[in-house]
Amino acid sequence: MRRPHPGLLVLGAILLVLPLLLPNAFYFDIVNRMAINAIVVLGLNLLIGFAGQISLGHAGFFGIGAYASAILPTHYGWPPVAAMGAGAAGAALLASVIAPPIFRLSGHYLAMATLGLGVVISIVLKNETAFTGGPDGMPVPPLSLFGLEIFGERQWYGLFAPVLLFSVWACQNLIDSPFGRALRALHGSEVASQVVGVDVARYKVAVFVLSAFIASIMGSLTAHYVGFVTPNVADFLHSIELVTMVVVGGMASVYGSVVGAVLLTALPQALATFEGWETVVFGAVLMLSMIFMPKGLVPTLAARLGKGR
Amino acid sequence: MLSQFLQFMFSGVTIGATYALAALGFTLIYNASNVINFAQGEFIMLGGMLTVFFLKSGLPMPAAIVLAIAVPAVVGILLEKLAIEPAKGADTVSLIIITIGASLVLRGIVQIWRGKGPAVFPAFSGNEPIIIGGAALAPQSLWVIGTSGVIVLALWLFFNRTVAGKAILATSVDPLAAQLAGINTQWVLLVSFALSAAVGAIGGILLTPITMTSYDVGIMLGLKGFVAAVVGGLGAGHGAVAGGLLVGIIEALTAGYISSAYKDAAPFLLIFVVLFFMPRGMFGAKKTERV
Repeated sequence: MRRPHPGLLVLGAILLVLPLLLPNAFYFDIVNRMAINAIVVLGLNLLIGFAGQISLGHAGFFGIGAYASAILPTHYGWPPVAAMGAGAAGAALLASVIAPPIFRLSGHYLAMATLGLGVVISIVLKNETAFTGGPDGMPVPPLSLFGLEIFGERQWYGLFAPVLLFSVWACQNLIDSPFGRALRALHGSEVASQVVGVDVARYKVAVFVLSAFIASIMGSLTAHYVGFVTPNVADFLHSIELVTMVVVGGMASVYGSVVGAVLLTALPQALATFEGWETVVFGAVLMLSMIFMPKGLVPTLAARLGKGR
Repeated sequence: MLSQFLQFMFSGVTIGATYALAALGFTLIYNASNVINFAQGEFIMLGGMLTVFFLKSGLPMPAAIVLAIAVPAVVGILLEKLAIEPAKGADTVSLIIITIGASLVLRGIVQIWRGKGPAVFPAFSGNEPIIIGGAALAPQSLWVIGTSGVIVLALWLFFNRTVAGKAILATSVDPLAAQLAGINTQWVLLVSFALSAAVGAIGGILLTPITMTSYDVGIMLGLKGFVAAVVGGLGAGHGAVAGGLLVGIIEALTAGYISSAYKDAAPFLLIFVVLFFMPRGMFGAKKTERV
């Protein structure tokens, strides 16, 4: 049975109307960052929410994409699109090489291994100063598609908004496909899904590689968009931010990913008025939302509304 | 040549002893509640920062140290009572996020209260190094290693020779069965969090005269303590100690012989090697999953 996706239409309408409502480039910038995070989080949610595998090192793949787009064009004269492809291929390759041994692990051991991967990538980026500019980072050349240079927050919105819409659509279709059913079965019980013929290991690796690929592509686009990269894009805190977006929005919820990304991207902006207390308030928000809504915002609200009906 | 190696080993064992204490902290909480407490590093930071604060406010060293252990222990109890307990039954990921939130709160508060600069207090018994085999050993290193040894011994005695300790062990094996046998599992959780925080704080206090401290030292120290606990095998006390020492020594040898820039990467590469060959760490319990 094919489910209609009214949510997709709503999201599309919002993305269409939004440019008319945003007063200036500052707000476009925030919305662009929300879209970037939302797309990465969609990929990560496939892994965490649907396949039930945690990754505390996903910023590492984001960093690989960002630095591929910074280093290859700057030092070797590659065209940006080729660099982006190379970064994504590299991230996917790395993910597929390390995934088989990593996924023999489970629970906290898996968390540790992915965390270690992320930390190692960020340390390499910090130390290989000759290529990466070290802790200070390096500039990234602009991105041109089909001979047109993308310039300014509004033009970038024109790129990010359709990509977000496409990602949501693709995720929903993926989840409704046999692949998605296998993933959900995996989350329910690995042994049971193995018994009915799901190649557990292959699916875990596939979804890990896919989410790494997405993270790398978005890392590349972000690097071009910001025009500058620092090793912070790959560090542990960024990985945590991404996982937090998944969990706060709602594990195994496509729109939860979008909502989580939007809220947690807006939060630091809203907290800027707290002067110095940002970290404390951010931490408190994380704790409170997990204590009172352990399932995440969207599934919790959906359950509430469902009951009221 | 040998003296150089000895020098690296000294610094490795010293820092490794602190990692061992951090790993023991992870182990204590993990056994009692199955939670990996990502705020463990902040207890280490609190130990050092609070000692500096109490010394500056005019307290003598022993009083400052006692308070710098007691306050984190209370914080540990509050963390369990206010954050972990209400979220009972939540996913592993949700619990991880809660403890990460707690670590951000603690780190943020200390940053506002004490600023971003480094803080330090003098070593317990001077800085005159002891020369052994051509390598210099700072007296503070002896304090770190000695105190860690005493704590490990004390914890071992507590868990193997006292009723209270055995009650905690029983709870970690099977909470429901322990409850049925009349053990107050609620109390076990609180004691575990308090003990874990206190052990972490002691590590932080001991290490501060050597490496200095600041509001953000907890991130790396905590993560490396986690590495040590996993390398040793989550939940195994002797594994935590062995893992801590191994991580410390490998880090020091990497800094000495390969590159000091990559010393922080060494523990995280080690984790891959160990987990590849031993998916449950060196001393982790074999677990078969029942369907």
